[in-house]
Amino acid sequence: MNVLNVDYTTKIPNNVNLTSDRQVLKALEGWHPGYLDWWNDMGPEGFQESLVYLRTAVSVDPKGWAKFDYVRMPEYRWGVLLAPQEEDRQVNFGEHKGQPAWQEVPGEYRAMLRRLIVIQGDTEPASVEQQRHLGKTAPSLYDMRNLFQVNVEEGRHLWAMVYLLQKYFGRDGREEADDLLRRRSGDADAPRMLGAFNEATPDWLSFFMFTFFTDRDGKMQLESLAQSGFDPLSRTCRFMLTEEAHHMFVGETGVGRTIQRTCEAMKEAGIEDANEIGKVRALGVIDLPTVQKKMNLHFSLSLDLFGSEVSTNAANFYNSGTKGRFQETKIDDDHRLTETTYPVLKLVDGQIKLVDEPALTALNMRLRDDYVADCAKGVERWNKIIEKTGVKFRLELPATTFHRQIGEFRDVNATPKGVLVDDATWAKTRDEYLPSKDDGDFIESLMQPVAEPGKFAGWIAAPKVGIDNKPGDFEYVKIAA
Amino acid sequence: MNAAVLKQHLIDPEICIRCNTCEETCPVDAVTHDNNNYVVDATICNYCMDCISPCPTGAIDNWRVVNRAYSLQEQFSWEELPAQADVATPEASDAVETLEEDVAAILAEAHKGVGGKAIAPASATKPTINLYNRGKPAIAIVRGNYRITSADAETDTRHIILDFGDQSFPLLEGQSIGIVPPGADGNGKPHVVRLYSIASPRDGEKPNANNVALTVKREPNGICSNYICDLAKGAEVQVTGPFGATFLMPNDPATNIIMICTGTGSAPFRAFTERRRRAMPQAPGRLVLFFGARRPEELPYFGPLQKVPARLLTQHLCYSRVAGTPKHYVQDRIRLEAEMVSNLLREPGTHVYICGLKGMESGVDEAFADVCRSATVDWAALKSEMRAGGRYHVETY
Repeated sequence: MNVLNVDYTTKIPNNVNLTSDRQVLKALEGWHPGYLDWWNDMGPEGFQESLVYLRTAVSVDPKGWAKFDYVRMPEYRWGVLLAPQEEDRQVNFGEHKGQPAWQEVPGEYRAMLRRLIVIQGDTEPASVEQQRHLGKTAPSLYDMRNLFQVNVEEGRHLWAMVYLLQKYFGRDGREEADDLLRRRSGDADAPRMLGAFNEATPDWLSFFMFTFFTDRDGKMQLESLAQSGFDPLSRTCRFMLTEEAHHMFVGETGVGRTIQRTCEAMKEAGIEDANEIGKVRALGVIDLPTVQKKMNLHFSLSLDLFGSEVSTNAANFYNSGTKGRFQETKIDDDHRLTETTYPVLKLVDGQIKLVDEPALTALNMRLRDDYVADCAKGVERWNKIIEKTGVKFRLELPATTFHRQIGEFRDVNATPKGVLVDDATWAKTRDEYLPSKDDGDFIESLMQPVAEPGKFAGWIAAPKVGIDNKPGDFEYVKIAA
Repeated sequence: MNAAVLKQHLIDPEICIRCNTCEETCPVDAVTHDNNNYVVDATICNYCMDCISPCPTGAIDNWRVVNRAYSLQEQFSWEELPAQADVATPEASDAVETLEEDVAAILAEAHKGVGGKAIAPASATKPTINLYNRGKPAIAIVRGNYRITSADAETDTRHIILDFGDQSFPLLEGQSIGIVPPGADGNGKPHVVRLYSIASPRDGEKPNANNVALTVKREPNGICSNYICDLAKGAEVQVTGPFGATFLMPNDPATNIIMICTGTGSAPFRAFTERRRRAMPQAPGRLVLFFGARRPEELPYFGPLQKVPARLLTQHLCYSRVAGTPKHYVQDRIRLEAEMVSNLLREPGTHVYICGLKGMESGVDEAFADVCRSATVDWAALKSEMRAGGRYHVETY
């Protein structure tokens, strides 16, 4: 069978030859109804019957890997798609470096790999749950379509992880797969596994910030897992990365268009000072200081997803060859890291200091550094938008010590500039740094749906190009189809 | 046309989100980046288009015709794409029809009859050219091969359908594709490329099919035409192109289009007509066809043409070898329809297309001159004005 083409003869589109893998096919078919129940209960609320202009992966070959058409979301062809197998691929790092990549799970790493896959898998349905109410306040059909595209692809990513669990982890895997449908974002009894995935996504600016910052963490994690010596995991993640890029596009351009509209409105009204929040808000756009606060919140929540700066788990993942570094094969070093150190930001005697730690245990910090650098480039693009309109204001990433719940700085209060302050000062100034209830209420007041093709809510600019090169007034979602 | 121009692949830095998908996808490592931009190395990019469809933003799909490629350093420094510069060639206003010298020669010869620089209609879609070349052809699969002249006719003209599968092969009505017959001539040289004007509209023989139809007449001893006419269903064919950037259809539905053809010259007009029918069935502009053949049995698409409604297409089919009736050529019919033709020619939205054998050119030109004279219009001046405005097109061979 040609792995580039997708088999549609089974209920589950796939390029992993499920027809001749009856046991796994049966397990997946058994899981399918539960998944659909979950999608109908927890997926986008109010639009399950609408026709949405979505792309569906029909081949993992670059030339035809996605086709665009109108689809009802519950009928989306979620499938199991792996990037083509590379011949003679090796484990590229850690103590097994140079050995052939594993096509089956090595016994000694079974628990470790299962945990990595479950954690990744848990984030996928969680974000769908977090975003399920947003369709009702979409600022345009274009944005609504992008939201739903992100949602169905997160759904497919869940399928990808569930396939690995059911194919390679037997009974344990099947139980884990069921649990992925049982947990619920923000649920008191059965919450999702990671903190940021239990936070609400109350409005569209949050959604854009989430796709920019939190999905970017997803990209870094997937990239590291794509390096895995466990070949099926690597191939799965490589294909997921291609889809993940769209999510970051939605985030970066969503925030960019919000800022664009704010600056244009300020210029039209002759407002020079971006800090005249009342005046700017009166124009029906989101003031830049509030955008900064939203950014502070989502950036800091996403940093927590990288775990502790110094971590034995991370060292074990690396050493065992199960999870590598961002773009591992492009790094020029020994890929074992047993002899080297890496500078880690730590709290030493009440002071924030860079301390050299063994490179192996500092891998979370390293991945986070790569992440921060990646975020900073996006923020610079936003600043260019502001600059072009002539408004004087700069957005800045807060310090990595700011507003942390996990890691070295979880017990201290740092300002966005990275200055440590006491609890009383923090309590007084918190609302200057993070969105307040008032800020949230204001943004919520702007969240009025716009469902006419080609029209956009007043707080956000139109995109520069359409999806799939469609014209500006294209009807991306036929709501009452 | 100038062989020194290059259609350079560029990434729009304002739209790109630096997701790295293109760099990851590129099979020849032509895409690279710095802290500012993702860029394409013009010395490496081979136009394989692998990066186009995975790009989530559309930033990847940008092209500039240049004399000198933008360097990586220049691209790294950009905050936005430079505008398309006037490419400094002696024929600056010319659309670039192709980057291949042999194909350029064929097209230049075919468009000679236009009597000056060939210029695309103002409302035509910007064409894509040269995605595939001899070194890297597209592989198409033959999905159909039907004789469209009747069984007892002397000529064997065929309707061929080629499927591109997953390969992106964007075509516009009026464009051509190149086919190279396999093998070599008596001197051991590979066969030369032949161009065929497409007979299907831009969205495929059937809507949204990634395929194309050709109209090919079997020529005695014709290496390529016999190769194509003998192709079996399922056979693989190496295809180059797309080629052509001037003999294109206006998108403006208000334009009148006069189409004059003989034999397989009907291919582009089948595409034009089908495009109008699918995309703008209520178009206010008229389609008028003058189509010449020896007998109805030898007129390609005679059967299907009978089903095209008069509201969409006014047909003037002319026959030169029907027993018992005088020879009747397209130019004769143009003269008979003098009033209608001169009225259309007077309208500023009328486009004229001539496609077929070289021999028809002078006859048609004289007929237009006669029709105009009787309507006190200066055909020579009008033709030159129409050509300059992208409204007069000739493709003959």
